[in-house]
Amino acid sequence: MAANSRTRRWSSEAHAMNETKLCVCVCYRNYALRRVRDAFKANRNVEDPKAVERLMEEGWQTLALIQRQQTVTKLSETQRKFFSCLSASFSGRFQRA
Amino acid sequence: MEFGSGFKYCIIHPFSSGSLESIPAVLGQFWNRQLTRPQRFRTVGRKLIKKHEQDEPRPLYMDFQATTPMDPRVLDAMLPYQVNYYGNPHSRTHAYGWESESAMETARKQQVADLIGADPREIVFTSGATESNNMAIKGVARFYKAKKRHVITTQTEHKCVLDSCRILESEGFDVTYLPVQNNGLLDLELLEASIRTDTSLVSVMTVNNEIGTIRFMRSQICRSKGVFFHTDAAQAVGKIPISISDWKIDLMSISGHKIYGPKGVGALYVRRRPRVRLEPIQNGGGQERGLRSGTVPTPLAVGLGAACSIAQEEMEYDHQRVSMLANRLVQKVMSEIPDVIMNGDPEQRYPGCINLSFAYVEGESLLMALKDVALSSGSACTSASLEPSYVLRAIGADEDLAHSSIRFGIGRFTTEEEIDYTAEKCIEQVHRLREMSPLWEMSQEGIDLKSINWTQH
Repeated sequence: MAANSRTRRWSSEAHAMNETKLCVCVCYRNYALRRVRDAFKANRNVEDPKAVERLMEEGWQTLALIQRQQTVTKLSETQRKFFSCLSASFSGRFQRA
Repeated sequence: MEFGSGFKYCIIHPFSSGSLESIPAVLGQFWNRQLTRPQRFRTVGRKLIKKHEQDEPRPLYMDFQATTPMDPRVLDAMLPYQVNYYGNPHSRTHAYGWESESAMETARKQQVADLIGADPREIVFTSGATESNNMAIKGVARFYKAKKRHVITTQTEHKCVLDSCRILESEGFDVTYLPVQNNGLLDLELLEASIRTDTSLVSVMTVNNEIGTIRFMRSQICRSKGVFFHTDAAQAVGKIPISISDWKIDLMSISGHKIYGPKGVGALYVRRRPRVRLEPIQNGGGQERGLRSGTVPTPLAVGLGAACSIAQEEMEYDHQRVSMLANRLVQKVMSEIPDVIMNGDPEQRYPGCINLSFAYVEGESLLMALKDVALSSGSACTSASLEPSYVLRAIGADEDLAHSSIRFGIGRFTTEEEIDYTAEKCIEQVHRLREMSPLWEMSQEGIDLKSINWTQH
C-alpha cells in the first residue's frame, strides 16, 4: 500500500514536471516548475491516507489545469521574452519561449 | 506559414485592414486541414505580433506595482464564464442567471470576504480600486454632509483619492492633506490632532504604490473619535495579512489586477456593524445593495475571487520568495554602486516594491538605458509626465534625487535570473551614465553641489 502510494506520488510529480516544461510563457514555466517541486517537497512526509488522497487529487487537477492553459496561451503567442534562452535550459523539449 | 509582408495583424481580428480577401484562403487551409494542429495555433498566434516586433525580444517585467500578469489558475476559473456560462447574474428566472449568480456569490463569500475577514454582505464588486476609492470618499462625505464637512487624507495617496478630495473641496468640503515623515510613515499624533468634531472620513492607504511603505494600521484613533476609516488596500490585499476587524477598518478598496487577477474589476468593503452609509455614485437597477448599480461582470468577479483565493493560499510562500529576491537585488545594487538611496522606511515596507534613487543620474535616462527591463520611475498613472513623483516630494526627497528614482517591482513570477540580470544591467548603466555626468565628476573632486549657486545664462 505504501509502495503504491509512493509510486502514485512519483508518477503525479513526474507528469506535472513534464507538463510544466512545455509551458509556453517562460515566467509561468519557471513558476510552475518551482511551485510543483516545492509543493511535493513540502508534503513529502504526509502519511494520513485521506490527506494524501486529497493532495493527489489536487495534484492531478493542477496537471489538467496546466495542460488546458498551455493550449490557451498558444492561442495568443507573443515574441520571445528576452530571457528565454537562459530559461530554456529548464526544458529539454521546449524550443521556443 | 507566411502570408506576405503586408500582413501585419492576425486575420481573425475583426478590424484588421486590407486582409478581408485573405480570410477565405486561410480558413480554407484550416478546414482542409493543410496545416497541422500546432501549425494552425502558431500561425494564428504569430500573426497577432506586429511584424517589426517579431525579431525584438520582449523586456523583462519588473513593474508589478503597475499591474500583474494574470495567474493561469485565475484564467482557468474565468474561462467557463466567458464562453459557456454567460447568464446575467441578476436574472432570477432561469438557470443561466442562477449559475452565474452562484459563481458570483461564491467569489464574494468564500474568496474575497474570506481573504480580508469580512462578511460577504459587506463586499461590493466595482470596476476597480479607482471606482472603489471614488465611492468611498465621495459617497461617505456626501451622505454625512449635513453635519460633517471635513475629510482627512495624506499627501502620498493615489491620484484617485487626491482627485476625489479635490472634487469634494470644490463642493465646499474642507480637506486636510496630512504631511508624512521622511520615511513615508504618517505621524499618528498629527492625525489625532487633525481630527475635528465635523470630520466624517479619514483615508490612508495601506501600502504605498511608489515607495512600498506600510502604514501603521492597528490604531483605534478613528474608531474612538467616531470617524470612518477608509484605506486603499490595492497594493496590500493578498500580499500582507489583513484583518478588517483588528485594524478597525470601515471601508477598504481592493483591486483585481494588482493580485494577479483580471483588469476591470475590484471590490469595496463597506462595514455593516457599525453601519457605514454612503451615497451611491452609480445609480440604476439597485444591484450590489443599491451601492453600485450595473450588471456585475461574472467572469471578472470569478477571476477576482480566484485571485483572492490563490493569494490567501500562497501569501506566505510568495512573501518569503519576494523578500529573498528583493534582498538579493538591493544588496547587489547597493554593494556595487555608491550614492544610492532607498526611499521609504527600510523596515515597515512591502519588500516587493523597491524605490531607489541613483544620485547624479537622471531617472528617465536610466529607464531608457535599461530598455531590456520594464521598469517605472513612479506610478503608472503619472508616468506620462516628466515631473518627479509627488510622493517623493512629500517625503522630502531632494529635487535631484526625486528625478533620479526608479521603482523596481518584484512579484510571484519573478525569477532569480531576472533579478541578477536587472541588477547587473543597472550597475553597468549607472556607471556609464555617471561617467558622462559632470555632476558626478564634480562630486568626485570633492565639490559640495549644494553650495553651488547655479545661475542661468
